[in-house]
Amino acid sequence: MKVIVPVKRVPDTAGDKQLDPNDKTVDRDAGEAVLCPVNEFAIEEAVRLKESNGAEVKVLLMGPENAQPIVRKALSYGLDSALQITDDQIAGSDALGTARVIAKALEGEEFDLVIFGNQSTDARTCLVPAAVAELLGIPSLTYARKLEVDGDTVTVHREHEEGWDVVTSKLPAVISVVEAINDPRYPTFKGIMAAKSKPLDVKGLADLGVSPDEVGSGAAAATMYEFTPRPPKEAGTIVEDEGDGATAAKLADWLQEKKFI
Amino acid sequence: MSEILVLIDHSDGEPRKVALQTVTAARSVAGDLGAEVTAVWLGEDGDDAVEAVGAAGADTLMWWDSDEADGFVTMPKVEALQQLHADRDVAAIFFVSSNHTKDVAARLAIRLDGGVITDVTGLSVEGDHIVATKEVFGGDLITTSRVAEGKVPFFGIAANAYQAAEDGDEAELEEFEVELSDGAKASVVESVEKVAGGDRPDIGEAAIVVSGGRGLGEESGFELMEQLADALGAGVGASRAATDAGWYPHRAQIGQTGRTVAPSLYVANGISGAIQHRAGMQTSQNIVVINKDAEAPIFSIADFGVVGDLYKVVPKLIEEIKARKG
Repeated sequence: MKVIVPVKRVPDTAGDKQLDPNDKTVDRDAGEAVLCPVNEFAIEEAVRLKESNGAEVKVLLMGPENAQPIVRKALSYGLDSALQITDDQIAGSDALGTARVIAKALEGEEFDLVIFGNQSTDARTCLVPAAVAELLGIPSLTYARKLEVDGDTVTVHREHEEGWDVVTSKLPAVISVVEAINDPRYPTFKGIMAAKSKPLDVKGLADLGVSPDEVGSGAAAATMYEFTPRPPKEAGTIVEDEGDGATAAKLADWLQEKKFI
Repeated sequence: MSEILVLIDHSDGEPRKVALQTVTAARSVAGDLGAEVTAVWLGEDGDDAVEAVGAAGADTLMWWDSDEADGFVTMPKVEALQQLHADRDVAAIFFVSSNHTKDVAARLAIRLDGGVITDVTGLSVEGDHIVATKEVFGGDLITTSRVAEGKVPFFGIAANAYQAAEDGDEAELEEFEVELSDGAKASVVESVEKVAGGDRPDIGEAAIVVSGGRGLGEESGFELMEQLADALGAGVGASRAATDAGWYPHRAQIGQTGRTVAPSLYVANGISGAIQHRAGMQTSQNIVVINKDAEAPIFSIADFGVVGDLYKVVPKLIEEIKARKG
């Protein structure tokens, strides 16, 4: 079977995150960039399918030219090949514009499963997997906490507020996974070395047959035009407990004053 | 008159609290847009909801009474809303900004050439379009967005951003039928599993969240967290350190790779407050911290902090709460 794992280059949550004041998009050069941590769960699931079903796994990244280290990082977990979509015209795309580019890239590939992380740690809209599936005309089984493939059928436990739905579908399908699904391994030294020589294809919009009018900030259906930093928080009340729990009464007073009791 | 359609998320025949909040959010802009609010109930038992959605601000409740709505994944809801959009003058589509409904919005927006803004915390009307605010980067920035001219606007409303109104009149009930395409039946819901401890509110929509981290020291610490949560009527969350240690289910993890919550009150116990955790909770209205490490970064966002042993403080706090609640 063939599996494709779309990944994203995101600002490190622990680093300095900024929006570019000119085009109001994430300033992806402002701080340290990393492979989106949620992608690690998708990669781990794909590696498990390699081990159990002999799956061939390709990583797909849409991003700037300098995202190549992120692609190599994804490959270092033991994936087989990579496709990077890079084009200046893509900059400023919203979630649905991103989905259009990814769907076009997938149309040119063979696959049984596409495995996303359920959200990216920067934008966190969760819209891309389902939008890609819609554009491809195939099922989207998102928020998977468990994934099983049996022949041409996939069974997914889709997490929701109260538990999960057990759902089945025929392949091909788009999956997104939540972190409950597995415990990702770290890349091995061997994997890191091997990643340097894995095949990596780079394509632009013209190669995919996407018109520049369909993507980028000009075509974004949802546009942000203003942003302000959150006002700094006023310092709160801090009390020190003497080791006897006596501060519990002070905390209870505060909770009562705020009408939580 | 144009309409704002509001997809009602429901469970066991009851509208979810955040669905009613979403109706009230739609109501808040409907007047300025000159639109009515039409709630949409897909699935059984919709007729029982006319009072609740009406109280929250809906004029009408459109009801598709069918077990097919929840029998297949996502697509029945997409096709039902697509049909309503074709038949009516729709100004905007509102939905609860939660896992499964975001999929409905994403797929429908592709079909209708729409634009989607998720996790909305505030709305206003400028001219004839809706402007939405949301918090990004874990609440570090507040952004203002709108959907481009000529696109169908979709707004996903964040939990607890609005308080559901309770004073509206009963909504008028109107039934409709949907003929699903074969494609809509491609993914089958075989069963629905509900986890134990379901009496506690989901952390995504709870008004109060009690959470525990590495500082609990052991799995049994979560029994104390659950006791505190039950005294306060809260949901229980955990930091990634605690879920990775296997002390509490991953589904309760709050932070950059897990859930984002913004309750009225967040009580952090034994959580140091790494940025990855703060990204999932720092927009909470009130933050209480209990941690024996006075240097823990989470104290910097605390409204009330106790530097102390949580195993000494929390049991006494539970007693205090119970005594005061009588």
